[in-house]
Amino acid sequence: MSNNVQTIETHGNVHRDDVGAKMGMWLFLFTEVLLFGGMFLIYAVYRFQYPDQFHIAGMELSTTIGTINTIILLTSSLTVALSITALQKGNKLLSVSMLSLTLFFALFFMVNKYFEWSAKFSHGLYPGSDEMLAKQNGEILFFGLYFVMTGLHGFHVLIGIVLLSVILAFIIKDKITPNNFVKLENSGLYWHLVDLIWIFLFPLFYLIQ
Amino acid sequence: MDNHQEHDKQHITPYSLYVLIWVALISLTSITVTVAGISLGNYTLAVALFIAAVKSALVINIFMHIKFDQPIFKVFLLLSALTLLVIFILTFFDFTYR
Repeated sequence: MSNNVQTIETHGNVHRDDVGAKMGMWLFLFTEVLLFGGMFLIYAVYRFQYPDQFHIAGMELSTTIGTINTIILLTSSLTVALSITALQKGNKLLSVSMLSLTLFFALFFMVNKYFEWSAKFSHGLYPGSDEMLAKQNGEILFFGLYFVMTGLHGFHVLIGIVLLSVILAFIIKDKITPNNFVKLENSGLYWHLVDLIWIFLFPLFYLIQ
Repeated sequence: MDNHQEHDKQHITPYSLYVLIWVALISLTSITVTVAGISLGNYTLAVALFIAAVKSALVINIFMHIKFDQPIFKVFLLLSALTLLVIFILTFFDFTYR
C-alpha cells in the first residue's frame, strides 16, 4: 500500500478520493435536512392546530421582500453552479467572477433580512416583547417559528459567505484547479442546500394570504 | 491512477442547461406568488408545496448534479427523504389520534 502511494506521488499525483469527499458532504447535508426537518415538523403540527391564527400572523410578513429574497437566492445558486462549469472548462476569470457574484447576492440577501427584521422589531414584534405576548397562542408560535427558522437559515447564509470567500481565495491562488475542484463542488452543494431550505420556508411563511 | 482517469472524463454541465433551469425556477416562483393571491381554499397549501417540491427536484437534479452523479448518491437521497417521511407520518398519527 505504502509502495503504491509512493508510486502515485512520484508521478506527481497526490492520492485523493473525490467521490468519498462528496459522499461525506452529502452525509453532512442530510444531518442539516434532519435539523430543519424537525422544525418543519413542528411548523406543520402547529399550523394544523391553529390554522386561522397562523393565517392572521402570516399576513404581517411582507410577500414582496420574501419574493425578492427568493429570486436573489435562486440566482446565487445559478452563479455558483456556473462558476463550477467555468472552472472545469479552465476559464478561471469567469469562475472567479461568478463566485464573487454569488457572494454579492448572499450579502444582498442578508441586507434585506436586516431591514425585514428591523421593521419587525420596530413594530414591537420580537420574541418575548409585550406586543408579542398580547397575541393569541397560535400567532406567538408562528412568529417564534419564523424567527428561529429564518434566523437559523440566515446563520447558514453567513456561514456560506465565509465558506465561499475561502473557496474564492483558493481559486485565485490556484489551490483549486480544473483538475482538483472537489472543494468548490462541495461548497456549491452546501450553498444549494441553503437555497433548497429557503424554497420551502418561502411559501410556508411569506405566502399566507 | 484510477482517480486521475476518472477526472479526465468528468461530466461538465453546459452553461445553457443551468440558465434554463434558473429560468424555470424563477417562473415557478412567479407562479407560486400569483397562485397565493387567488383563494383556492384548502388547495392553496397543497399547490404551494407541490411547486416547492418541483423546484427542489430541479435544484437537486441539475444544480446539485445528482442526475449526473453515481447511483449511490440517489440511494443516499432516497434514504434520507424516507427517514423524514416516516418521522412526519408517525408524528401526525400521534397528533391525529391523541
